Amino acid sequence: MPDLKQRCIDLYNWFEQRLGLGAPVIESMEHHVPSNTSSWWYVFGSAATVLLLLQVMTGILLALVYAPTADNAWSSLQFLDQNVKLGWFLRAMHGWGSDFMVAVVLIHLAQVFLFGAYKFPRELTWMIGVFLLLLTLGMAFTGQVLRFDQDAYWGLGIGASIMSRVPIIGGSLVDLMLGGPIIAGGTLSRFFALHVFVIPGILLGLVGLHIWMVLRLGINDWPMPGRLVNRKTYVREYHQLTEKTGIPFVPDAAWKDAVFAAAIVLSVIACALWFGPFGPTGQPDPTIIETVPKPDFAFLWIYAVLAYLPPSLETPAMFIAPVVVIVAMLLLPLCSGEGEKHWSRRPVAVLTLAVTAVTLGVFTHLGTFTPWSPIMNAWSGDPVPEAYLHDRTPLERTGAIVLQNKQCRNCHSIGGTGGLRGPALDGIASRMTEDQIIRQVLQGGGNMPAYGNALNPSETTALVHFLTTLRRGKLPPAINASQHLVSSNQTSAPQGGR
Amino acid sequence: MTQGEQISPSDQSTPTASAANSTGAGHSRRVFLFKVSLLINAVVGVVVGVPIIGYLLGPALKKRGADEAWISLGPLDHFPVGETRLVDFRNPITTTWDGETGNVPCWVRRSATETFQVFAVNCAHLGCPVRWFAQSKLFMCPCHGGAYYADGSRASGPPERGLFEYDHKIEGGNLMISAGKMPTLAQQAKATPPLIQMELGGSAKKLAAIEKPKPRCGSCPT
Repeated sequence: MPDLKQRCIDLYNWFEQRLGLGAPVIESMEHHVPSNTSSWWYVFGSAATVLLLLQVMTGILLALVYAPTADNAWSSLQFLDQNVKLGWFLRAMHGWGSDFMVAVVLIHLAQVFLFGAYKFPRELTWMIGVFLLLLTLGMAFTGQVLRFDQDAYWGLGIGASIMSRVPIIGGSLVDLMLGGPIIAGGTLSRFFALHVFVIPGILLGLVGLHIWMVLRLGINDWPMPGRLVNRKTYVREYHQLTEKTGIPFVPDAAWKDAVFAAAIVLSVIACALWFGPFGPTGQPDPTIIETVPKPDFAFLWIYAVLAYLPPSLETPAMFIAPVVVIVAMLLLPLCSGEGEKHWSRRPVAVLTLAVTAVTLGVFTHLGTFTPWSPIMNAWSGDPVPEAYLHDRTPLERTGAIVLQNKQCRNCHSIGGTGGLRGPALDGIASRMTEDQIIRQVLQGGGNMPAYGNALNPSETTALVHFLTTLRRGKLPPAINASQHLVSSNQTSAPQGGR
Repeated sequence: MTQGEQISPSDQSTPTASAANSTGAGHSRRVFLFKVSLLINAVVGVVVGVPIIGYLLGPALKKRGADEAWISLGPLDHFPVGETRLVDFRNPITTTWDGETGNVPCWVRRSATETFQVFAVNCAHLGCPVRWFAQSKLFMCPCHGGAYYADGSRASGPPERGLFEYDHKIEGGNLMISAGKMPTLAQQAKATPPLIQMELGGSAKKLAAIEKPKPRCGSCPT
């Protein structure tokens, strides 16, 4: 046995003499870090790196089968799911790995921001981190395109439509993005090149720099209230702290990173096994227009914001807001590179983070059920509840049929089913008088199209009569308070109140 | 590892020897040659770079209208008067590996014997496919809820303008359209100002517009 051990050492030395990598690697692994950085809060960066490596690995494995042409991409994914042994599992790992990576990168960013780690001397590390976030999102978007299903196809359409709004050069940008006159073969090929060569190349390079800088500058020490960062004294103080409380990164601090990374990879595997791969949804045939395109999870919030922006604000907001946010993130360490690091003394930072997180969360949540979208088959799929047809006159029941036939349900819900674009009609007669309903139906307004051209007078009468029977509980019908003043000889109650 | 110990001293001796040489007479000549080599490489870089940039920008440098062509959508009797129908056509420029993505749908509306409108399916908001609802005479978009009237004008929702229209003509009893590019706001610039629905005047104007649908040339350069 001692002989074997000696042989192994000799073999190692043979390589080490020629490579010379072992000593510096061991040295940097064992470099001393302040003991207060050995924390479960400091594990997200390494977890993101591990996820990146997992993505590279599963991505290469998928590329063994994937056919990157518009004609075949979708079928090759079906083939991966159905015919290739464990192909579905690799697809699921890559898809879930992507969601986890976006999430972990965001958590890492939030932690770094909250701990003031972007302050001197780690400004550039933060700036590169901002680009790493953008590149990660770029990977998520281009990856969704490579799935080349209906969502991917119309997602590209949304991307091109956004590009086309850029002043002056919009048309050229669309051409560059699509690689041809329409979304087709050229488009998929260039997104394949972006997803597989360009972005990963830059991403890996910048991750290398990012980690190099963490090693060179030392991991951010645990912030303490009142311990201010000063450009003149920080480096000396950090070295003193490391000398006084230093522990070797491997193994004393790294075991937490390793445990967390393992837990994350296991979570990816669990999600992949439990939920399976994402899509592909329908084939990318633009002539199949019966589709409700939706972006992947990471972009749902953008999808929601685009629904709520007023039309006139949309184009400026699309191009100015991202630039402002990105520039602000890049300039953050330059503007506040010194001073307090602890969150308890940085209320604005904590508030910014909280508001951002809640905003993103709310918009993402809205994006999961898209209340702004008409439900395209509600008019034929969701019947008027039986209770709303009891004790109604034939005219009113005809009105219920008009309500269904004219697709009102696509935007208006009754009895809890139907679209959420417009207000629910359940209590409409308690909110609007008959005259107001007639006006609203015929002329539209307040984001409702005018139906004057789509309804004949008898249909309008029937529809409005039905609507005036819809009141919640015992609420009285809406009345026009001024009507009896205008025409005192008529009854003041509207006809709907029966 | 006696070998290693023998190698390392000689390793160290080489740089010191060359360092002594570097201050010699040939140094300035070699520095000059190095600068010349940098210059040569800069020229080579430009020679390589120009075609690469040209290749990359290729799709954007095409002439306006180079991708457009007249395509037949079929004989006129395929389109009953008063109806709006979904029609597919093969894009004039495709590759063999485009597959289904080379097919493009459009909505054809025949409002009178000789009056046609051909709409792109792409919503003017963000390009999702709008669907025609004959009963309510509306085009609705599944993405963000844009809605358009039968003549393609904006009815409600986030779009800033009406549906994109293809130029069309009738030739030899066939309906022809000029198509080839994905319609976006960049090609079909905004023709109508955004409609503010909360204003009563706006609604009245809009109603008046529905009464008299007139074919418009949306894709003509404005």
